[in-house]
This record gives sequence, structure tokens and C-alpha cells, in this order.
Amino acid sequence: MSKGIAITGMGIISAIGNNVAENFQSLVEAKKGISRISKIDTIHKDEIMVGEIAYTNSELEQLLDLSPDNNYSRTGLLGVLAAKEAVANAGIKDINTYKTGLVSATSVGGMDMTEQYYYEYLESDRNYKYIEGHHAGDSSQKIAEQLGINKSLVTTISTACSSAANAIMLGARLIKSGQLDRVIVGGSDCMSKFTINGFKTLMILSDTYNTPFDENRKGLNLGEAAAYLVLESDAVVKAENKNVLAYIKGYGNANDAFHQTASSDHGDGATLAMEKALQVAGYSAKDIDYINAHGTATGNNDLSEGRAIIRVFGENVPEFSSTKAYTGHTLAAAGAIEAVYSILALQNNVIYPNLNFKTQMKEFSITPQLKLKEKTLQTVMSNSFGFGGNCSTVIFSKEQ
Amino acid sequence: MEALKQELKENIIEQLNLEDMTVEDIADDDMLFGDGLALDSIDALELIVMLDKNYGIKLTDPKEGRAIFESINTMAAYITEHRSK
Amino acid sequence: MKKVYINSIACISAQKTFDNSEFLDEVIIHEDQVVYAVEPVYKDFIPPAAARRMAKGIKMGVAASKMAIKEANLKNVDAIITGTGMGCLRDSEKFLSGIIDNNEQFLTPTSFIQSTHNTVGGQIALELQCKGYNFTYVHGSNSFESALLDAKLQIELDEAQNILIGGVDELGEHTTKLHKLIHHIKEEKVTTNTLLESKSSGSMFSEGASFFVLANKKQESTYAEVVSVKIYNTLSQNEVSELVLSFLKENDLDIEDIDAVVLGNNGDFKFDGFYNELTSTIFNNTQQICYKHLFGEFNTVSPMGIWVALKILKTQTLPEILKLNKKETSSYKYILLYNQYRGENHSFTLLKTC
Repeated sequence: MSKGIAITGMGIISAIGNNVAENFQSLVEAKKGISRISKIDTIHKDEIMVGEIAYTNSELEQLLDLSPDNNYSRTGLLGVLAAKEAVANAGIKDINTYKTGLVSATSVGGMDMTEQYYYEYLESDRNYKYIEGHHAGDSSQKIAEQLGINKSLVTTISTACSSAANAIMLGARLIKSGQLDRVIVGGSDCMSKFTINGFKTLMILSDTYNTPFDENRKGLNLGEAAAYLVLESDAVVKAENKNVLAYIKGYGNANDAFHQTASSDHGDGATLAMEKALQVAGYSAKDIDYINAHGTATGNNDLSEGRAIIRVFGENVPEFSSTKAYTGHTLAAAGAIEAVYSILALQNNVIYPNLNFKTQMKEFSITPQLKLKEKTLQTVMSNSFGFGGNCSTVIFSKEQ
Repeated sequence: MEALKQELKENIIEQLNLEDMTVEDIADDDMLFGDGLALDSIDALELIVMLDKNYGIKLTDPKEGRAIFESINTMAAYITEHRSK
Repeated sequence: MKKVYINSIACISAQKTFDNSEFLDEVIIHEDQVVYAVEPVYKDFIPPAAARRMAKGIKMGVAASKMAIKEANLKNVDAIITGTGMGCLRDSEKFLSGIIDNNEQFLTPTSFIQSTHNTVGGQIALELQCKGYNFTYVHGSNSFESALLDAKLQIELDEAQNILIGGVDELGEHTTKLHKLIHHIKEEKVTTNTLLESKSSGSMFSEGASFFVLANKKQESTYAEVVSVKIYNTLSQNEVSELVLSFLKENDLDIEDIDAVVLGNNGDFKFDGFYNELTSTIFNNTQQICYKHLFGEFNTVSPMGIWVALKILKTQTLPEILKLNKKETSSYKYILLYNQYRGENHSFTLLKTC
């Protein structure tokens, strides 16, 4: 059994709250953040619902005290806000006391700005500053700068909707191998016309509230969010007498190798990811107390994931729920958002309800947790699956 | 009807990048998915856009496409009945 | 800790590198500031049914992967780790211009799917039917080095035995225009023979794919050992020499132990100073090598520097066109690589013959 990696701080901004406390309150009060879209002008506005963050870009710029000539995409703005909360939560005064890196995840990157100025660039130099902010690594560089991480390891992962889970995984390995003493891990994705239309072409957007694991599910709601965790080595935890929120106990990434976007019928990749994570943790299936499922509410995902869960857990599937009904699917950030929710579940010994569920799926008999439930939790498993067959599982635990 | 079938074959080859195929390679009753042309679910989505763009037919559920896209015959019949342009 | 070997290489670039029996035997002298990859016949590597929807970046990536796996004499690998700065750029442009031009109507999914950054890694997994670990790094000029570092850690920690890693990027027409507007691409035409001495901002842009098999065991095809890889988000010019010295010290090496240094000079007078800092001081007496006048600049061109270094280590020869200075180095044991782009995302990679 390998030792867990300590998590000493977390920060989040999503459609259900601007910080950790607000997110937790919404989760236990079953308050979802899904609405009609207000910040992006799209012809699909009456056919989709989304998880938007209330702040405008200029409000975020003010909160972060950025100069007017900044070239932050919304992905960068959200990322900095959440990462700063995580670092403050970990009680870090001087980030350079220890060798600190950043592993951030995004799929949208600076597309929100590119799509606004795409042709304008050819006519006017007014918004040239956003051209170099397009690439996915830009927001990570900015988050590192804002946190004061210099001359260190900073990188970006983009594996679609499993990206942030993979960032957590790499972070854990960087600590394990002694490359870094401390690493900030997570992800950020803002809403964009590009992703709205992309998912629209795949015909997997619901025109109403998304309903994970429901027989009549109609697809997903897109969401925007950012969340980060602070991971620290045992040496730092000991030297600084740190309060540990939870541990990263196991992790696994596998590929479905089935289809460019769809999951295999029986969730081969998902099964492998969960099995690998259990193996790294030194756990068997019965050691898992709650599964925070990927549960996007698309026809394909929930069937494939449900079957994979049954393959791994057999007759004894623990309580499981998807929190996508609260936040929408936050793409590359989802793994980090749900990591924060998993840690909050452990800290507060609660399982969140799977909102909007009405009808049992006919392909299997497992049912998500429908009401808020108090249960002593030692371990939580969190799943994140993405296009390109990318399947990831992370296991969080109270004990190292 | 024959002209429509010809047009569909040309468009399918172009839209789905079936570079090695010609119109003559596709029989009217060939299965487009499965054993015949072996198209997949992404191709089905491409065909749904083709129905919308070329014939003004909007499908809201990809499942509806299964029966329509069975062969060139079924596609042509559906389009003839439902087209708005 | 296990040692990490590079057991095979494959490169599709702006030079005819896909034929691995050669080492820049014939050099293409570019005469433009945007230069395209010389592509192999893809049918030799990818079945037509699979290739019909593939973007250029995917084709380059899948073909190079298959070449690398073949040379390593493997059927499959334990993991696939890809680096790409921009992903399949042409499809991103196609989808985005479709959104704007047609007011969000009649859009098709293929270009959206291919615009996802991990589409190359995912397609390689599909082609190889590889269900193992599959990551994609997208961090500017450190995209590939992140993949290299990840693979190296996994092999050292005994989590994997053979890992396919690679870097891939393609040129997109609109993005090229934009990079010209902000002078990341030179305004004026430039050639292979003049790029490194040019006194203007920006560089020559290009594209390509480089793939390698990293392994925990040496075999006949082995090119070198990866001794160390370090990446830094920021560095100031006056810190570079000091950092290299401490990097070498960590590896118990002195300046004299380094037989050649492969530098990422790209002809941008604003940023080549980072390299000059090394060539004019600590590596003044070392064989200096440049490659971007042949391969162009792009987010994942740095693995082509590694390709060059590995060919030198294996063949113990150094083509004249790569030499920045004239030294009579006769044998190559250690080669150090340094790369950065526009003063950000610096990497140091140390390779050793075996």
C-alpha cells in the first residue's frame, strides 16, 4: 500500500459559489446553479441551459486588481481566483520557502477571447494583446505568476473532460518522486461559444436541467468553473505542522481505445481506471465509501459508467451521485471541482444528492443517492472521463 | 428520385471524405452503417447536418437518424417526403 | 531508480527526416518565413478508412508513432504521452470560422472533435488499441518536455516499461496570419542560411511530429540514456549560466564533460540572447549546435533538437549545417539541450550515449 499525498488547501469558483464555503452550502442545500445563458450571445440560448459564474470579466479583473491593459482570458481570471483561495487556505505566506510547482488543466484556454476578435484582428490592432493568450498554457503561466511561482515546474494538461483529474495525478507523482515539495494542481475552463457549438454538433446538450443516471436523460449542461488543490510532501507537512484536509490515496488513468468521443458500451476504460486507482491505493472495492461519479447525463456516459461501476463493485456498489446537476459539466475543470466536493464530503461526512433524478435506468438496477445522506466516510472515489477515450479515477482518503 | 440519389451519393462521398469511393461503388440498397459502407456515429451526425443544410430537415434526436440513414433508398424516400428546400 | 533509455526515434519535419536511415544527407534550404512539413506517404502507415477524417497533425502523429514503435521492435506500449502547443489548429480554425461565418448553423462535429487537444494521443491509442495511460501536455514550448518528464518519472518509479512520447503541431492559415501581425513570425522573408543571423523580431514558423519510445531496458536500437530533464516557467537571462552550472553539478558533471550543446536559437534578436549568454561564456569552448534554421520554430520543435542530438550520439557524426561554431570534437558522450520560447518555458535536457 502506498502512502497518500497530503492535501493542505483548496479553492474553487463555480456556478454554485465563489469559494469553498459557498459551494458546500449549495451542495447540502440542493441548490443548483443551472440557468439560461446570459453572458454569451448565442442563437442556441433558448435550447440550452448552463452553469454560469455570476461575476463578469471586469468584476473578476477588479477582484484580482489587474491593470486595464491585462490580457487575461476568463479561463485565466477564474483560475487565478480559485488558485489564490487554495494557497490562502493552505496557510502559505511565502510560496518560495519550498520548491513549488503548478500543474493546471484547461481545454478552452483563451478561446473566449479568440472567438470575439478572430476577424477583428485582421482589421485593427486594438485587441492584439489577446493573440498570444490563446494557447492553453497561457492561463497556467498567469496563475503561476499571480501565485509568485517563478523558476519552477509549471505545466498544463489537456485531455478533455478528465484533464484536472490528470493534473492531480501528475501532482501526486511529482511529490512522490521528490521532484517538488509542493504543487498546486487543478483546472479552469470558462464558457465559450466554441464549446457550446461543439457539444451542440454532437447533439448531447440538454434543453433543460441535466438529469444524471435518469432513464430519460437528455444530455449535459455545460458549466464554467475553476478549482485548485495544494499538495504537500510529508516533510513540509511535518515541518510546518500543517492541517491536512485529506490525502490522495490512489489514482489511475486508462484509455478506452474505442471511439473518438463516445465511451465503450461496457466502460472498459472506466473499469481499468477505477481498478488501477484501487491498486495504487492498496484498496479493494469494499473500501470505497462513496463514488462521486462523472455522471454527465448523456445517454452514453451514464450507461457506460454505470456498467463499469457494476463491473468493479459487483453486488456492493457504494452510494454514488453525480454533482453535474449542480454545476453543469465544467469540462477540463470537472476533476478538480469534484475533488473539492469529495474532500468536503470526507470532512463533513455527507453524501450529496444526485439532483433531478426521476426514473430508474432500465439497463441496470443501481440507483444514485437521491437525498443528502450523513455517513461516516473514510474514502471517496471520483471519476472523470473525456473525449479521446480518456478515463481517470482519483481516490481521496481521511487516513494516509 | 434518381437525381436525388445521385446527389446524395456525391454529397456523402464529399462530406465524409470517402476518398477511395466513387458514386458507382454505392448501390441504392447498400447498408450505409454496419456491413456496407461501415459509417459510424460521427458520420451519422454529419448526415444530420446535411439534411438540415441541403433539405431543411431538422432532426433533434440522433436516434431518429438510424432508420432514415439505413441506405440511399431510405434517405431519398425520407427527404422526398419531408424536404422544405 | 531505473535508468531511462530512448530506444527509437521518428520525425516528420520540414526536412526529409521521416527516412531514419539518413541523417540530413540532403538538406532543404528554406526560403520563406513559414515552412511546411515534408510528409511521408500516409497510406503506408494508416489504413484509408481510419485516415479519412484525420487532420494533418493526427496523420503526422500516428505515422511517426508507428515508425517509432516499429524501430523499438514493439507491438504496443504501456503508455502514450503527447505534447502539443496548439493541437489540431486547422480544425480549430475551421470550426471557429464556421461558427462566425454561418452564425452558429450547419456546423459539423468532426472539426470540433479534432480541435480537442488530446485528439492525437487518443487516435494513436485507437490505432494501437493501447488502453494504457494517455496524457497530453499543452504548455507552449514545454509541451514535449512535460511529456518527457512524465515518462521518465514513470519509468524510474517502475510504473511502466515502454512509453511512447511525442510532440506534434500543425500550421493553421489564420493563426499564421495572426502571428505575423504580432511579429512572432518574421515580417520579411528569411532563409535557412540567414535565419540565425537575422536582426529582426520573430522567427520562421513550421510544423511536424517527433515520437520516441522510452524504455527501462537497453537494446540494439537504443540511441541514448535520458540523464535529466528540467523545466522552468521563467528565468532571467543572467540566471541561465548559473542554472546550467548547478544542473551539471547535480549530475556530477563539469562543463568539459559536455561534448556538444544543442541550442534553440530561432533568429529572434529579442530572445536569442538567452542562448548567447551560454555560448559566449561557459560553452564558449564547446561544440555549439543549432537546428531551428532547418526545422523552423513551433511549440513542439524542441524534440527535433533531441532527434538531432540522438542521431549525433548514435552515428557519432555531426553535419556541418548544424554547427554554430567550429570545434574539432571527435566523439560525443554527453549532449546538453537548452530551449525556451520568447523568454518563457525553458528546458534543459541531458542525454548520454550508452
